[in-house]
Parts: sequence; structure tokens; C-alpha cells
Amino acid sequence: MGGGFAFGFHLPAVNAQNVAPEINAWVVIRPDDTVIIRYARSEMGQGSMTSAAQLVAEELECDWNKVRVEYADTNAQVRRKRVWGDMAAVGSRTIRQSQDYLRKAGATAREMLIAAAAKEWDVPAAECTASSNVITHGLSSRKTSFGKVAASAAKLEPPKEVTLKDPKEWKIAGKPVKRIEIPDIVTGRIRYGIDAQLPGMVYAAIAQCPVFGGKVKSVDAAKVQGRRGVIKVLPMQDFVAVVADNWWRAKEALKELPIGWDFGGNDSVSSESIMKFLRAGLDDQSDVMVAKRIGELEQGMTGAAKVLEAEYFTPYLAHVTLEPQTCTAVIKDGRVDVWTSTQNAEATHAAAVATAGVPLENVYVHRMQLGGGFGRRAAQDYTRQGVQIAKAMEGTPVKMLWTREEDMQHDNYRPASLVRLKAGLDAAGNPVAWYSRVSAPSIIATLLKLPLKEGIDPQAVASFADQPYSIPNVRIEYAQRNPNVPVGFWRTVGHSQNPFVRECFVDELAHAAGKDPYEYRRGILPASTKESGVLEATAKAAGWGTSVPAGVHRGIAVTEAYGSYAAAVAELSVNDKNAVDIKRLVLGIDSGHVVNPDNVIAQMQGSAVFMLTAMFWGEITIKDGRVEQSNFHDHRMMRLREMPKVEVVLAPSGGFWGGIGEPGQAAIAPAICNALFAATGRRIRSLPLKNHGFDIA
Amino acid sequence: MINLTVNARAREVDVEPEMPLLWVLRDVLDVKGPKFGCGIAQCGACTVHVNGEPVRSCSFPVSAAAGKRVTTIEGLAQGGRLHPVQQAWIDNQVPQCGYCQGGQILTAVALLRKKPNPTDKDIDEAMNNICRCGTYARIRTAIHAAAKSGKVTA
Repeated sequence: MGGGFAFGFHLPAVNAQNVAPEINAWVVIRPDDTVIIRYARSEMGQGSMTSAAQLVAEELECDWNKVRVEYADTNAQVRRKRVWGDMAAVGSRTIRQSQDYLRKAGATAREMLIAAAAKEWDVPAAECTASSNVITHGLSSRKTSFGKVAASAAKLEPPKEVTLKDPKEWKIAGKPVKRIEIPDIVTGRIRYGIDAQLPGMVYAAIAQCPVFGGKVKSVDAAKVQGRRGVIKVLPMQDFVAVVADNWWRAKEALKELPIGWDFGGNDSVSSESIMKFLRAGLDDQSDVMVAKRIGELEQGMTGAAKVLEAEYFTPYLAHVTLEPQTCTAVIKDGRVDVWTSTQNAEATHAAAVATAGVPLENVYVHRMQLGGGFGRRAAQDYTRQGVQIAKAMEGTPVKMLWTREEDMQHDNYRPASLVRLKAGLDAAGNPVAWYSRVSAPSIIATLLKLPLKEGIDPQAVASFADQPYSIPNVRIEYAQRNPNVPVGFWRTVGHSQNPFVRECFVDELAHAAGKDPYEYRRGILPASTKESGVLEATAKAAGWGTSVPAGVHRGIAVTEAYGSYAAAVAELSVNDKNAVDIKRLVLGIDSGHVVNPDNVIAQMQGSAVFMLTAMFWGEITIKDGRVEQSNFHDHRMMRLREMPKVEVVLAPSGGFWGGIGEPGQAAIAPAICNALFAATGRRIRSLPLKNHGFDIA
Repeated sequence: MINLTVNARAREVDVEPEMPLLWVLRDVLDVKGPKFGCGIAQCGACTVHVNGEPVRSCSFPVSAAAGKRVTTIEGLAQGGRLHPVQQAWIDNQVPQCGYCQGGQILTAVALLRKKPNPTDKDIDEAMNNICRCGTYARIRTAIHAAAKSGKVTA
């Protein structure tokens, strides 16, 4: 179905624009009419490589079958003053934050191609049109192709202003175009970071200090020297690498290598000590910031007919990309080449620059497909390690690869979070006062090491500070508490946990008010909100209010996330052994515009598996300062036989650009837990569900 | 020296007999289709066929493949034609990141050889590979589609 993906291990041309006529930074057209669309962010299965190309192609009026996509190069990005803008594929923002300049790039290139043809024919450009790689002069019926005029178009001044199409006129965007890289996936041709292969390459396995923040104290290298294939033992500050002629030999030698660690006093941290620390954050009078204040909370509570209180907990979670962290690097003659799976190629570039100590212009990051991202590959710890090892092995390419155990035990985890809630209801059962205090680590302060604006990490209080319900008195507080466990951006971030808390508590309010949870939400959601629209569409598709077979129960939830609006209805039954049989999961999404509907459906289906895995079994626990889980035998992943029926409701209301990769997860956990309450009368206020005795049937 | 056939090509490797087939394929023979996911035969990203049977090559010593036929995802298409399961994977847009999909496809091919018209229960039992992106619904649809195409033969 057209499209194609150019990947390879060739060193990128420094001036790619000399290879074929570059109309602008995003569009290159070869004389044979091939259209190369550059892609600046990353592809990890979220489908944005295809969607981004669809937007450029739509405005360009090119033939989709002639489109090839290649990654924008970070070295050229440095030399060309960041011509491709942000390269990070994080926060579900690839499309919503680049759609404007991508569409303009396509439209600008189209106008330049038309102008070049018009000039050749000596007619006004306004009399010419472009469609499917062909430019036509209507009056004379003359035709030419993009490939024929590309060289002269590239020399023209780009138009200052272009008019973008109304999405109603889209022919390529908005359609379920097939994903560009899938043919290379099913044949095994595609190359991930782990697949980098270079002449003379050696392999490194590493062990990091099992206790967070610890250091290497001693290494008895003699114990493994002389083992078959072992080339070198490299003790670094906080990890040890064994370099060998293949990775298995490196890993086996590492197992036999005696390493002494200095734990720096952090080996007494445990899940219990962390919980105690977070709980103190709920009660502390100091070091607490107010994230949102509406009306007078105390006054609202005093006047309430009924007051409800609850505490909710969500655990640390690991990303567990199926491809463990890996980085291949070679440093030679002051030049650094890096091959890796990254969600942020510019951050990878910067990490290589800082670690190798070379100028920006001397680093080349070779983009590879990611074997999953989910936020893990935004952090560049593995790039720094790979470049450090390459530096110690100067001149020799080294591929560093983590074991699954290293990956699970040295992640930057979704923060654990403890939330206290209090709500006051009036005589009719409607909320008149709402209080939340979140006691949780800050990703922004600890991972990014950025100052917090007014002491608030927006992710920690997401979906509380911006809750959509009409409640006259609200106070949201944040107690930043950072235990000695590294935290990071885990798919859907704050919206992976706070909507569970908020929407389950709203369910508690509905129950206290004696009202249907869907009708209750409708009553307190202003009709103008997007939440209201997607809630209604999803409830309707799920048949909310219609009868269900005996023993089957429903739960519902709605939230904003990443500029989109998501709702979920779960239908399930629970047997006497607490096995949960999820009959249906109906997931609604309003993302404003839809660039590739089939990809939106795929992301929603995937989100269901990702969240069900997390909510039933997912937790990272700490003992003696280290992570207790290590591999898939003690950290369960959902399997095919456990996946329930998922129905996706696309409810795009137009007029805005919402994210796709993350919002799908946000409403699932509360919908399931609210259905569990309906089925069992048990109110679930902490995850995972396995700790309450539940399992998937 | 250990002799084996990889994707119809005779290969000879000088490695420890206990070295897992996965690492012989990836690091010695430069066959990158089989992926490393766990190293303990839990996830199935490393799945290859040995004499037509799916095995988890991360936990399969190369000595056990001596004298046998090893097929990886790269060796599935024949004469430039995609295997019907590969085609069904494209038609149904199964992969997301794709890292597990070589293993998923080879597991599905082995299932269809034994059961050309598998039931949902057959699929549940045979398809035990982990997909972190969550493509399970489409894997099921694609297996049924490949079966219906009538093109899957031993």
C-alpha cells in the first residue's frame, strides 16, 4: 500500500540536501519522482512516523505510493540550527505539537513545485494545480511531474504564507493508511538499537549497583581474565562492564566477576519505609504546596450534608520495554558515532557530547527502531554508559546491552503516589467541596533536575488540579516526597494513576448520593466540556443503562489526558475465587482531529493491555534498597489468552489536536475498579489488584 | 565445530556447545531477526524454528541444533514471496514496535501447520509470547485471516 522506510547503517551524508533536490528540510524529491519525507521524532510502535508523513503528504499533494520516510539527522540538526525543531517522541506530542509546521512544510513545497512548473511554462502559478505528484496547467492541459521540476523548485524562494486545507478535504491524512515500517517488521529486515552491527565490534555486559545511588568499591578482574572471549573488565563509578567478543561471553563472565559495592547507606530502604515517608507527607504541615484553590474549602466542608474521606495508593511501575536498554558507540579521531533506540535523539546527541567531551558537531546519532519506549528511552543513562565504555575502548565499536534483570532493576519508575481525598456533598448529593493532597516524588525535580514552579510538579497533581467537575470549593495540595528510588515518565505519567484515584472517588460520591455513576457525572460535568461529550458517546456505545446478564456489572470513568478526552466502560463478572472475567471494555476517545483512525484504534487496544497488565499485577517493590522483581517469572505480563474484548469508540469533535499514544490508558483502571465495586461491594483503593486477591479469569 | 543449517544455508561455528542458539545467530552469524527479551524462555521474542518446531533460542543450546534446520523470521518468505502469515500481519496491521513480532509470526506459523483452522482456544494455548505493546487482538484476527486465506501449507 505504498510508503517505505529507509533505514541502514551507512553514515549519514553531512549535507543530505546535496544528494537529491531538497525542497525544504522536510521534503526531498528525487528525479525519479520518489518523495522523501523526513521524520524528526522517534518510532516505537506509536505510529507517528506514518501519521507525520501523512500530514506532509496531504498538503504536498504527492502520490502516497511514492513516499519514503527517512530520519532527520541530529548532526545536520546541529549544523542547521535545529531546523527540525523538537525531536522528542514523548508526552503524546509528536502530531499535536508538530502538525502545524509539518503541514506548512508540505504546502510550501507544493507551492514551490507549482511555481517552478509555471515558470517553465511561462504561465501564472495560479493557473496550475498539483495532484498525486503531477502538476497540471488547466488551460493548456500541460503536465509535468514533481521529479522533473524538483531541482528548479529547490532554488526558489519559499512562499511566506500558505493556506492549509480544511481537514474535511483530506485525502491521505484522516485515512487508515498502512504503517510505513510494518513490511520491514514482518520480514525481520528492520533494525532496532540492539541490532547495530559494525566491523570489529565487541560486546559489553554491565552490572550496576543493586542499591540505588551506590558505587563500585572493588573488582577482582583476575577472576575472569583468560576466560574465552573476554577482552577487558572496566570498573566505572557506578557500574562494571565486561567486554568480550560476543555478548553471551561477556554476560557469563560478568556473572563470575566478584564486585564489591559501596551502598552509601541506602540499603535499608524498603517499600514499608517508603510508605511511611509518603504517609508522613499526607500529615505534614510544612513542605506542602497548594496546586489549586477555588472558593473556600473549609467553608464548603462545614456546610456539607455529608463528608467522605479516603486514601488511595498507586505503586512504582517499571517500563519493561521488550528490547532491554542498549547502546552501540565508537569513538575515533575525535568523532563519536552512536546507534541506539531513543525517544529523544537530541538528548542522545547531547549525552554523547557531554560524556565523550567533544564538540556538538563531532557526534552522529544513528536512528534505529525502538523495541518499545513507553517513556523509558527519554532518559539517556544507557547512552552515557555506552559512550563511557566506547571511550575506554577508543577506536573499537562496542555494543552495550543490559540483561532483562538490569533493565527491571535500574529503571526510572512511575512514581508511587499516596493521595488523601475528602469531599463534602450537599443534601442532593452533589459535591460542594473537594480536597486532595498528593504525597509523591517529583519526576521533574529529580530526573530532569529542573526547578518546580511554585513547588508543584504538574504530573503529580494531573487530573486533580484540572478536574472538570463543577465544584465550588476546591483545594489541591502537593507534598513533594522523594524516596531513594529513581522515577521517570511512564506511559501516561500522572494520568496513569490520578484518574484512577479521582474517578473511583467520584464513584464513591455517586454511591453515597444514591445515584447512577454515569448520571451522577453528567449532572456535575458542565455540558460544554469535552469530557461530557466523550462520556456520553462511550456510554451510548456500551449500552449503559440497558440490562446485562445476571452477575455482570458495569463501571465507568472519564478524563482528559494529553489534550485528548478518554472514557471507558467496563463490563465484568467476578466468581467466588475472585477471578475477574472482563466481558467488554469499551474505550472512547475524542482527539479532536484524527490523522490515522486505524492507528488510533491500535493505540487504544494496546493501551488496554498495558493498563490491565499494570493494574492487575504491576508493582515494583523495594527491599534492602533494591528492587525485588527481576524478570517475567516474578513480574507478570498479560498474555494473549488474557486479553478481553476491546471496543474502540472514535468520537472526534474536531477543532483541536489531541494525543493518541497515552490517553487510552487513563480511564481504564477506574472503570474496571468501579465495575468491581458494583460486582463485589469492595472498594478498591490501591493497585495492583493481585494484592486484593483478584486475578484475570 | 558445530554444523547447522540456518535459513537454508549451511553454517559452521566454533563456539561453546552450551552457548544459546540466540547468541550464535545474532553475534556469530549476524542473523538479527531473533530478539533478546528475557533470557529465560518467558517472552518468546527469540523464537526460531528448529526442524520446523518453534523453540525459544535464548535457552536452547546451539549443540542441540547441530545437524538441524534453523529457520528465523528472515527465512520465512520463499522466493521473494511473503508467507501468508506475514501477509496477514500486514493486512491486519498487527505490529506496533514490532520487536516481538518475528517470534509471534513463527509461533503462529507452527500453530497453523498443526491446526490449519485453529479455534480461539487453540490460539490462546499456542500464542504464549509476550507483546508489551499489546497487539494481541490483532494477532488473533490475523491468524484467523491467514487460516481463511487457505494458503497456509506445511
